[in-house]
Amino acid sequence: MKTYYNPEDLKKFGNISEFEPNLAKKFFDYYGEVFKEGALTAREKSLIALAVAHAVQCPYCIDAYTSDTMEKGCDEQQIMEAVHVASAIKGGATLVHGVQMMNKYKELSM
Amino acid sequence: MNTKSLLSQKHQLSSTKSQVDFLEDSTLTKFSEKLIQQNLFPLTPIPLEVFQVNIGKMCNQVCKHCHVDAGPDRKEIMTRETMQLCIDAIKVSGATTVDLTGGAPEMNPDFRWFVEELSILGKKIIVRCNLTIIVANKKYNDLPEFFKKHKVEIVSSLPYFTASKTDSQRGDGVFEKSIQALGMLNSVGYSKKESGLILNLVYNPSGAFLPSDQSSLEKEFKLKLKSLYDIDFNNLFAITNLPISRFLEFLVNSGNYDNYMEKLINAYNPIAAENVMCRNTLSISWNGFIYDCDFNQMLEMKIDVEEKRQHISNFEINGINQRRIKTNQHCFGCTAGSGSSCSGNVA
Ligand code: SF4
Ligand code: SF4
Repeated sequence: MKTYYNPEDLKKFGNISEFEPNLAKKFFDYYGEVFKEGALTAREKSLIALAVAHAVQCPYCIDAYTSDTMEKGCDEQQIMEAVHVASAIKGGATLVHGVQMMNKYKELSM
Repeated sequence: MNTKSLLSQKHQLSSTKSQVDFLEDSTLTKFSEKLIQQNLFPLTPIPLEVFQVNIGKMCNQVCKHCHVDAGPDRKEIMTRETMQLCIDAIKVSGATTVDLTGGAPEMNPDFRWFVEELSILGKKIIVRCNLTIIVANKKYNDLPEFFKKHKVEIVSSLPYFTASKTDSQRGDGVFEKSIQALGMLNSVGYSKKESGLILNLVYNPSGAFLPSDQSSLEKEFKLKLKSLYDIDFNNLFAITNLPISRFLEFLVNSGNYDNYMEKLINAYNPIAAENVMCRNTLSISWNGFIYDCDFNQMLEMKIDVEEKRQHISNFEINGINQRRIKTNQHCFGCTAGSGSSCSGNVA
């Protein structure tokens, strides 16, 4: 294996059932249900998935949900805005811990 | 963006034989195998409904995905004589709808004559209008009135409700002109309540991916076109790009071919296969040859009847109704997901 990530592996996602079929089935059924049109549209869910894919930095999910959002009619501006949402939350989550750091700093300072 | 057809670039894929060879040269699942699995091979026709006539490859646009390889440099257009042969055939064919396409069919000098004659026959007439032709030249500005007079149903491509996505597929400035033309169609009554004038739009993906759910796209298009441009339309047809001609060239050049074919094959839908449009449609080329559909026409896969019956001058409906439909790998484009036809989803 030359790299840890191989794009071809994305197509083999379903193969995880080879080692443990019951849990895999439960997971894929659940996954399918989650992405169905509901109170949120399938398109909105796909954009959320794309943003989360960036936050967890999963190349498989970025590949899959870039295609999926395009198929669902999103344009480049919309998908980039989704990525910025992920970025803002990740950045914000880092920065808000600055308050904790400041608390500690103040606690230790004379 | 390229402004020339594959033919005038002398591109290898402008030859239909090299396209067919390319499509067949693969280890991917064969379309015929899929049909065999569901006892649908060979595909056979149901009663004819739509008589589609491609009246020429000449077009004012050079869209990247065009399966006709149309453009201003294509001079092949149907003569009035061949149109007359089509009219004679339509009368005995049993078809209820005549669907005129191109290129830009309006650029054929006998287009208006043809529509007038068809209108006398009392058939439903569909014109696949690329919109920009209406504003391309003064002589076309009255097309909306002409269409209205003959109660022509308009079907027009608009890949997206933004300029960037539309123009990247159809050419610079196409979006703006399309919106202008849609406004002109609306103002003569198209898509207005009780006018009875139908204006349908066609969405096709601007790249190597499949279209999504037709009804959600339609909702989104309606909302956006109304709020941003005050445009109304009736239905949105979501169409899959078939891997032939310029779209095939794009797939090959961009390295997307294998993945795209796999996507189409994985999305094969048996219900869509039962309803593919070639079963109730015939397609006539500019020079009068008969095909199962516009895609087979572009691959020069003539209808499977006696050779002399393959031309409109020898039209014989009984043999045609008993033919076997010719299929190949490109047909996976009609059976993916909810299926695809000139009127959108089929499943
Ligand atoms: S897709 Fe239609 S408008 Fe575009 S070049 Fe082809 S025939 Fe012309
Ligand atoms: S490409 Fe033509 S022949 Fe093939 S399935 Fe589609 S309509 Fe039928």
